[in-house]
Amino acid sequence: MNTHSFAASKLNPDHAVIDEICAAGEPWVGVVKQGQTFRIVDLEGNQAVDTLFFNAGHALERYSATDTIRAQNKLYLTTGSKLCSNFGNTMLSIVADTCGRHDTLGGACAAESNTVRYALEKYPMHSCRDNFLHALAHEKACEQLGMSKRDIPSNINFFMNVPVTEEGNLEFVDGVSAPGKYVEMQAEMDVLVLISNCPQLNNPCNAYNPTPIRLLIWNPQ
Amino acid sequence: MNQQDIIWKQSIPGGCHWSGIMRRGTTLRLIDVQGGANAAMLFFNQEEKLERYNMADTLKSQHTFRLTQGHACHSDMGRIFCCITADTAGWNDTVCGLSDAKLIQQKYGIARYQEHRNQMFRSGLDGMLIELGKWGLGMRDIVSNINFFSKVTADADGELTFHAGNSKAGDHVDLSFEMDTLVILSAAPHPLDTKPAYQPGAVDLAAFVTPAAAISVCQQIAENVRGLHNTHQLYHPCGGAL
Repeated sequence: MNTHSFAASKLNPDHAVIDEICAAGEPWVGVVKQGQTFRIVDLEGNQAVDTLFFNAGHALERYSATDTIRAQNKLYLTTGSKLCSNFGNTMLSIVADTCGRHDTLGGACAAESNTVRYALEKYPMHSCRDNFLHALAHEKACEQLGMSKRDIPSNINFFMNVPVTEEGNLEFVDGVSAPGKYVEMQAEMDVLVLISNCPQLNNPCNAYNPTPIRLLIWNPQ
Repeated sequence: MNQQDIIWKQSIPGGCHWSGIMRRGTTLRLIDVQGGANAAMLFFNQEEKLERYNMADTLKSQHTFRLTQGHACHSDMGRIFCCITADTAGWNDTVCGLSDAKLIQQKYGIARYQEHRNQMFRSGLDGMLIELGKWGLGMRDIVSNINFFSKVTADADGELTFHAGNSKAGDHVDLSFEMDTLVILSAAPHPLDTKPAYQPGAVDLAAFVTPAAAISVCQQIAENVRGLHNTHQLYHPCGGAL
């Protein structure tokens, strides 16, 4: 039996210092300062949110899926998970989660991997890596850190469900999320957030219908 | 593989590290000498090192969490570095990453070169960084790696268990390369290794020409057929694409 841990937040969206909508299939970049709280809301449900974190002053330090998994000895992310960097530091801690489980194995979709996973002619379809590279090319914060494709490692897929069995099978299944579910994390250092609101249409990770997400940041209470 | 077919051999003592180029059409055999070894590895396209091993694409393309014979190691550019054409241990991990200096010190204490000479404690991350540095690469190029010979399972809640004894003395893994590949290897302990003492196992390497049809074992998976299509297109004599 899978156990999911749910924890609601007391923060009021009226008091947020950032409250933005990221449309379906688009990138989003923001900075969360140490002590601030960052929330991602799955507005319409079953929307994968491909997310990376970087040290806001030094992009060499970045979210590390393997360090995070190793430190908690667990594959899935939820309340209490510490999102670790490749330098072994905690970047953010998940402090509230009404979805209960998030993936960090599935990575981001890309034109090239779509040709392998689905069909050679899927190459032109929009993808998360296109979003990441678009953001790196246009966002001043990314440019100032000198970021390029080299700086894109394995990401988190908030609201995505990729169960692994004891026998070693792995599947993408329909989301565990639903309209209005959210995940909230407190920054332990100043972090640059790089998001692709996943445009994948070839598997159930977005319920075959990518939808918008809401992003909020609160100052320390 | 007959002894006369071996192109070169190399012994990597436990904890040590190695890097080199594998040409397409050749196979690298990893041999666990005493049992319980861990071969942490990363792959890069030798012509364009921005193209690198991708854990997520490898796992989701093949709907698997464990890697073994019949699987392929995918790049982030829709190609296949190598096919796993033999695996007598049966399970290789690709989600737990590397041991770093802090982890090694916490688990095993300190053993410096000054007192211990080449028996000093080395970490997986530091071994990788040294080898990457030889090719102009570094920390930015460290992505989720493969830990050959190491088995880690996940229960329904995602809780991980390291299985000591997965690989026995003499077990081997064959990697049949379909791309010209920069191979980076560290034989430091797996980060979840349960042995109380620092006792990383030695890994022997042997390279030989890939036997005809050896990679057909990996072509049972349609995604691998498409990955190999993309790969062979790159090396077409009239010029590559994608």
